[in-house]
Amino acid sequence: MTRLSLAALPFIALVAACAPSSEGLDQTGQSPVLPEQADSLIPAIAIAPPTGWDGELPTVPEGYTVTAIAQDLQIPRQMLVLPNGDVLVAEGSGGKAPKLRPKDIIAGILKGRGKSPVKGGDRISLLRDSDGDGRTDLQTTFISDLDAPYGLAFVDGAIYVANQGDLMRFPYTEGATSITAPGEKVTDLPAAINHHWTKALTASPDGSRLYVGIGSNSNVGERGMDAEEDRAVIWEVDPEDGSSRIYASGIRNPTALAFDPWGNRLWSVVNERDELGPELVPDYLTSVREGGFYGWPYSYYGQTVDPRVHPQKPDMVAKAISPDYALGSHVAALGLTFVTNGGMGGRFAEGAFVGEHGSWNRDDRSGYKVVFVPFSGGRPSGDPIDFLTGFLADGEARGRPVGVLFDAPRGRLLVADDVSNTVWSITPRARTRAPSEATRSAASPARES
Amino acid sequence: MPEHAARAEPLASPIHAILLAFPVALYPFALATDITYLNTAVVQWTNFSQWLIAVADFFTGLLLAWALISFFFGRARMARGRSTLYLIVVAAMFVTGVINAFQHAKDGWASVGTAGLVMSIVCTVLALVAAFLVHSTAVVRENRA
Repeated sequence: MTRLSLAALPFIALVAACAPSSEGLDQTGQSPVLPEQADSLIPAIAIAPPTGWDGELPTVPEGYTVTAIAQDLQIPRQMLVLPNGDVLVAEGSGGKAPKLRPKDIIAGILKGRGKSPVKGGDRISLLRDSDGDGRTDLQTTFISDLDAPYGLAFVDGAIYVANQGDLMRFPYTEGATSITAPGEKVTDLPAAINHHWTKALTASPDGSRLYVGIGSNSNVGERGMDAEEDRAVIWEVDPEDGSSRIYASGIRNPTALAFDPWGNRLWSVVNERDELGPELVPDYLTSVREGGFYGWPYSYYGQTVDPRVHPQKPDMVAKAISPDYALGSHVAALGLTFVTNGGMGGRFAEGAFVGEHGSWNRDDRSGYKVVFVPFSGGRPSGDPIDFLTGFLADGEARGRPVGVLFDAPRGRLLVADDVSNTVWSITPRARTRAPSEATRSAASPARES
Repeated sequence: MPEHAARAEPLASPIHAILLAFPVALYPFALATDITYLNTAVVQWTNFSQWLIAVADFFTGLLLAWALISFFFGRARMARGRSTLYLIVVAAMFVTGVINAFQHAKDGWASVGTAGLVMSIVCTVLALVAAFLVHSTAVVRENRA
């Protein structure tokens, strides 16, 4: 193939020169600017190859401190804090989508260059801070032999793990540092192809229902709609009997789910489609309406039709809901956590943190940071504010944020980084000088730093 | 041996002819699967087209290289007129084929469309023209004692 690719270079250069470039549109907030669709012959690909932090740290706002509380993990994704303060980290890498087209092979090689060479752990690690000084005293394997675990939930003394192909329940006793008992399968999850393999998980506040985010099996239906049965949906699962139903649909890749603390509504961050240009389609944060249809694959942001789907479905387009809040195109939002009652203090007292893994398919990279979406009255109320940055350096990725988790009792934000295989902890600076406050309840207001 | 013995041989050597067989077979097949996709919207047909075009492009690249070498150093030197036309046809087929591969790499219904269909027709016609040119031309080599 070398000869072919070399011979093709002049044409690639020619066509790439015609590829659309970003116009610097404002694509965050309640009403993002959506440009015209621009399908270039050769989609832009800008991979940020992994590099180390080399002793440096991500950038935090003035008055905050960041430290690594776990290193040498094996592709950390989402996290969970147990009642005793132990932190669980799901580690793994899934997806066994067969390569159906020449493009799948080429894209797989290129995207692989932006990933950590470490093999996914297929396990859950436990991080324990015994003395409350903010440092990890024990890092150990909690559950092993999983299959690309991603979503985690704790309900009624049991730990639920969403593998890429099933939802498992593990019995937990307070203080345990490992679970060797085989888990009990609650239900199988849609796993054929698994183009988007991550299974996000959260529990309703009363613990009676679980919600599982199941991504689409393609960018925009190009594997045929038969492959999209039970895909691009959020499932509602009854943990008692494992029965499930579709709670919302047309929601392309819901990568993180959380209930808000104000109205106990389900929210999701969602990754939207590619190859319509560098500024289409913005990923979004939205409250999830029961029975709601969010457009995929027929349309996006409500009724903007995607011509790549055939036959089109005008009746479905007419039903499509516009999401609440745009995060920017191709930022690859993978983490979501809410804060309230002072939260992380300062400008970060009430709202949602969103982990943005970062783009690979636009020339001007987007994402590669953790942002804060301020809320008031239970709704997003302003532009996103950068919270944790510095992941990109000279076009290389020192890290890439995935899951984010507000650990309310300890007043810290945890961020999983699947390139440097680290969990970062960010605290308001005043608090680290007072470890005795580490068990403060979330209800008390955070101290201004 | 007589003093002016002449020997006629095909313009394309056996390996050259084998390389040419790939675009002759695969581009028309890709055109057929394109048409089937446009008629049925069943995704597997455009997947077939993508592989057929990719493999055809690969061998057309080798063919173009072979034809160039033949033009400057091989038997095609003996028939410059026809060979020039043949070279242009093969080069045009390769360029069109590569652009068509990128066109077909678009997702879903965008993978074929008018542009993809037209390029598949062009590649098919050029492959047949190339085969006709090369197989209807002989070069005559005189053996001088």
